[in-house]
This record gives sequence, C-alpha cells and structure tokens, in this order.
Amino acid sequence: MSLVNSVPEMVLTTKVDQLLNWTRKSSLWYMLFGLACCAIELMQTGGPRADLDRFGMAPRATPRTSDLMIVAGTLTLKMALRTKLLYEQMPEPKYVVSMGSCSNCGGLFQLAYSVCDGVDKVIPVDVYVPGCPPRPEALTDGLILLQKKMSEEKWLVRPSAEEAALLS
Amino acid sequence: MAGAAECGGGSVALVELSRVERDMEIAAIRRLLHDKLGAAVGVVEEGPHYESIRIDDDAVERAAMLLRDTPELRFDCLSNLSGCDYPGRGAIDIVYDLYSYEFDRSLVLRVSTRRGDPLVDSVERVWPAANWLEREVFDLLGVRFRGHSDLRRILLPEDWVGHPLRKDYVEPEQYHGISTVRESMLGIRSGS
Amino acid sequence: MSVEIEFTDDHGSAGGFATEEMTLNMGPQHPSTHGVLRFVVKADGEVMRRAVPDVGYLHRSIEKIAEKVGWHGFMPYTDRVDYVAAMTCNQAWAMAAESLGGVEVPRRAEYCRVIAAELGRICSHLLAFGAMGMDIGAFTPFTHAIREREMINDLLEELCGARLTFNYLRIGGVAWDLPPDYAHKVLRFLDRFIPLVDEFDDLLSNNKIYIERLADVAVISPEMAIAYNLVGPNLRASGVDYDLRRDRPYSVYPDFDFTVPVGKGTWGSVGDCWERYIVRLHEMRESAKIVRQALEGLPGGPVIAKVRRNFKPPAGEVHIRVETPRGDQSWYVVSDGSERPYRVHIRTGSFSAMSIIESLSNGLMIADLVALIASLDVVAPEVDR
Repeated sequence: MSLVNSVPEMVLTTKVDQLLNWTRKSSLWYMLFGLACCAIELMQTGGPRADLDRFGMAPRATPRTSDLMIVAGTLTLKMALRTKLLYEQMPEPKYVVSMGSCSNCGGLFQLAYSVCDGVDKVIPVDVYVPGCPPRPEALTDGLILLQKKMSEEKWLVRPSAEEAALLS
Repeated sequence: MAGAAECGGGSVALVELSRVERDMEIAAIRRLLHDKLGAAVGVVEEGPHYESIRIDDDAVERAAMLLRDTPELRFDCLSNLSGCDYPGRGAIDIVYDLYSYEFDRSLVLRVSTRRGDPLVDSVERVWPAANWLEREVFDLLGVRFRGHSDLRRILLPEDWVGHPLRKDYVEPEQYHGISTVRESMLGIRSGS
Repeated sequence: MSVEIEFTDDHGSAGGFATEEMTLNMGPQHPSTHGVLRFVVKADGEVMRRAVPDVGYLHRSIEKIAEKVGWHGFMPYTDRVDYVAAMTCNQAWAMAAESLGGVEVPRRAEYCRVIAAELGRICSHLLAFGAMGMDIGAFTPFTHAIREREMINDLLEELCGARLTFNYLRIGGVAWDLPPDYAHKVLRFLDRFIPLVDEFDDLLSNNKIYIERLADVAVISPEMAIAYNLVGPNLRASGVDYDLRRDRPYSVYPDFDFTVPVGKGTWGSVGDCWERYIVRLHEMRESAKIVRQALEGLPGGPVIAKVRRNFKPPAGEVHIRVETPRGDQSWYVVSDGSERPYRVHIRTGSFSAMSIIESLSNGLMIADLVALIASLDVVAPEVDR
C-alpha cells in the first residue's frame, strides 16, 4: 500500500516529507551513462577534486538501482531508443540531468544527420547543465539545483490534478 | 638543442629527394602489376601531393594479393580505405592507402566504380583490416564489395535508409518517431 | 563428496554435463565498455565462443559535417573525434589543411603544438591507466590518475581556456602563445609527476593479481597486429618497433631525443594485455622528456602564419598520418578548391582495435574481454566518429 495521498496535510506530514526528501537527496545514486565527451568530465567530477561522494552520490552500473540518470554527451538516434528503454527500467522516483550542449539541444552536432537534437525529445529532463563540456563545477551546480528541487517535493500529500492545474 | 632553428631548410630538401625516389618506385610497381594483370592496371595518376595507380574494380583483390606477397614490395598493411562520391562524373572512387612496414613505403591504389551500381572486389581476404573499413564504406556510401564475408551496416542502425556520405543524400525528417529537426535560436534549421 | 563433471563439446549430449551456448548482451550502456559500445557475446558458461562488437552508438557524422562547415570551422569538431586526446586530432586536421594549402607553419608554433600534444598524450594515457585499473577491479589507481589529470587539465586550460576540447590549434599555427611563466609551471609539474609514474608501477603494474589477470591474456602476434592494422601502443606492445614520430617524422619531432617503448614479454608473452598496459606507462615518461626538450629549445618568433579567413586550398587530396595516443590516425582529405572540404575520412586507431576483438575472443573468459577492451584503450567516438 502506498503512503502517497493517504493522510491529510498537516504539520506532521510536512515534516515527514522533509525528512523523506532529505534522505533521498542525500543519497542520489546516478547511473553511469557517459555517452561522449561529457563522460570524461563526469568521471573527473566523480574524481578526487570535485568529489561527488560528498553529496552522497555514487555511480551505479545498472538502471535498476539508480535514482538519477546523467545524460552526459551526444545522443545519437541509434542510442536514443536504448536511452528510453533504460529510463523506463529505472524505478520511481527518478530524475534526469542533461549534461552538456549536445544532450540539451544537439549543440555542435545539430548539423549531423544521425544525432537526436536534445534528450528531452525522448525522456523528461529535470535540470539542464550548459557547456561543451560543462566543467565539474558546472555539473556540481546542476546537481545542487536538482537537490533543491527534490527537497521541495511533496510525497504524503500531493495536490490533486485539479489543484495542480489551478496552481499552474 | 643548438642549431635546431636552422634545420628547417634541410628537411625540405630531404622531402624533395624522397619524392623523386618515390616517383621511380611507383612506375616500377605499376609495371610489375601491369605484367601480371594486363589491361586491368591503369595509369599512374599524378596529384599535387602523391601519385596513385588506377586499378579496375574486378582486379583489386588480385592486385592486392600481388602487392602483399611480392618479396620486393611486401605491402603488409592496409592503412586506410576511403570512399568518395563524385556525382559529376557518375562515379564513386575507393582509395586504398597501403603501407609496408618492412620497407617503410606507401602506395595509393584508386578504384572507380559506377555510382548507379557500385561494386568492387573485396580485399578482406588479403588484409583482415579491410573487413570493417569496407563495411564502413558500404554503410556510408553504399558501395558493395564482392566476396565480403559479412557486408552489413556498421555505424548506422540496420533500418537506416540511404547512404549519408553521398552528395545527394537527403537527411531524414524523423527516425522511429523522433524528429531530427530542432528550430535553432540562431535561425539556422538544423540538418540543412 | 565429489561430483564428477564431464565437459563435452557437443551441446546437450547424453551422459556427461550438458552445456549450452548462450547469447549475452553487453552494452551499449556498460561501465567497462569505455563509452557506448555493444558486444553480443556467445558464451558457454564463462568461456566465450565469440564476441561480436556492435558499434555506431556514437556515430555523430563528423565526416559529413566537415563538408558543411568549412576549413576553419571544422577545427572544433576534430576535438570531438577523440576527446581524450583532442590536441593530436587538431594537429592532424591542421596538417592536412596546411599541406593542401601550402601553408608554412612558424617554428615556434610547431613547438607549442608539440608541447600541447605531448601533455595531451600524458593526459590520455593517465585515463587509460586509471580506467584499466578500475576495469580489472582496482579503484584506487583511478583516483590517483584523475588527480594528476586535473593538474594537466589546469595547465592546458591556462594554455587555451578549455579542459577537454581544446580547439587550440589553427590552420597555420596555434591560437595563442604560451602564457607567461608557463615553462616553469610545466616543469614543476613534470618534476612532481615523473616520480609518481614509478609509484604507479608499485601500486598497480607489478601487483600479483593484476599480472595474473593480464599476462598471457589475448596475445596478439606482430603479424596479426599488422594484418588488422593495429597501431600505436597496441602495435608496439606486439613487438613492432614503429612510431610515426620517429619513423615518419612530422612537425618538429626530429629535434627531440626520445625512445620508443616496445613490448618485451616481461610477465607473459609479447603482445598480451599487460604489455599493452605497460607500453602506455612508459610512453608517459617519454612524452615528459619531449615536453622538457621542447620547453628548453623553444624558439622565438610568431605562433601563427598569415592564413586567409576565407581559406581555399587548391584542389587535391592528401593522406596525413599522425601519432595520437591511440596510434597512427590516418586522415584522407579531398579539396575541390572551394571553401569547404570535399571529403574527409578518418581512420582511427580505435577503429582497427575494435575490429580485432572478434577474432581474438574465441576461448577467452568473459572477464578477459573487459581486460582486452581496456588494454586496447578503445574510445567510442574514435570508433564511430
């Protein structure tokens, strides 16, 4: 049985939400999804200087155990179909960070015949990190943004569809 | 390191000398091939940067075998195999860049094939390196290789339509429902 | 209690222990395939019968883009042909265009190119070293390698403003002269770095487990290496003493004194995975030597020749071969005299290295495939372009 929407909103649920969000954002496991040039910067970000470990982030080899997909690099059309498949294999809740110009919008490779101009054509994206490739600092900033987004989410009491429509 | 700055002029003279030697060699190699293969071996084509020997598309494998196995030549390495589309003269050229580790010598072979039905002998049995290089040319230019063991697309997906490095290739609007066009902020339509 | 297991060759035969060949998919998203590569592995238990590479997941049509963007405009794309060692790809493109256009490069620019390229080579081999350790199961060497790589990244960033995709070279020279006090900084780094390479030896190279995993695994004979057109460190590990920088010198490499490391068969045979690994480690030392000599002998003068913005080399074609960290990269460039290249074809070291895997795979363990890919130092964009 899911806890989502099972209790009325009150101070307690807000606090529980905060606790849940805090635990989730502090152990973001990301799937190793280095596609191209950005993968090297992703590796360096995981390396000793930028050190993603301090945010509780650890690389995972499989989508089944990861919360976050960092799409690092050029997404070709051949790979785009697989990317969708991998995204669907990740358990909820899941997040996507699009790293670098290529996965944001095609970047330099907009001129190419075989490149999917932007990963958002295939899967939903939470944070876009600009750069070609982004520096480790830029990626870290993007991930902190994502953590901020995660910490504002509500799980126990979610607005209903009508309420959400009203709010937006 | 003293005197390093002066040796620029010397190296140019060295290049000129080896160029003369190479000219003699390529004529000799062409003669050798012509003796064995007859009219299938064409002329030595002069270019501004190197010369090449033209070969008929159905004699490439035999020529390659000769070039590899003749003890004075021993071209044991296929360094590069490229294709280039020339719609103007209705041909696709395949350029073989051979190299001999033993004699430190390069040779360029050139094969022309009709653009409508491009078909060239495979040299895979001579140099295994040709397997993937020929698959790449098949994938991107649509040239078929006679006698290739596994001629299928290598870089593009199996269900891709067309051969993109042809000059008249039209880029697809979409692939499996993913559109390949994104309106650019600069006003340049991608893929154009 | 003991169980007798009888292995049979014919699948599912009566008697004995019936085995079955299964097909496994490895990649394209896999932590040890070095980018997006896919293998279809036919295996009988842990033993592979065949591993068929499926490439093209990073085919970015760089060769077609060359026909669209013009001679100067293609330089940033060459960075992305091999992003681990972008400088050497820059160099190949610059050399191709200069050779077609008859541009004479100033001597100081050539020295700057060599300094940048050799630092890039150390950078690339560091990643190969770290990734190889990680693929075999040792995580610590990776952090050591990345730590040093960051230092070189800083140096290269100071030189050209980018950490990875440099776009430093221009047709006719380089974009900027060395920054002030650069030689001192580089030398200080090298003084610190070279003793660390010896430390890498202690840390990883002579580790018993590491040797057991790599020695005598996937041996490539010199004949096979040449037939499959293996190049660079992979070729030298098989015992072929050949380096373009020494044997077909380009740029200002004849000015420098360096040795070419060749596989010796220290722990196993010549041409095994360990030799391919150690050749790279030695090459880092040699590159450091070249950088030192280049900094000492740096001539004065301009760093870029006068090249027209609207660069139109006369019609013709060239073959350019450049020794990148992944070996002899062969560029075939055709000009039709217009402002855009007519055709660019790049045959890269990783491409030929990938093509040899299928014929080596029979009889290897699945874990050896990972070692083999790592030892060949395959980088996906170089295969697919």
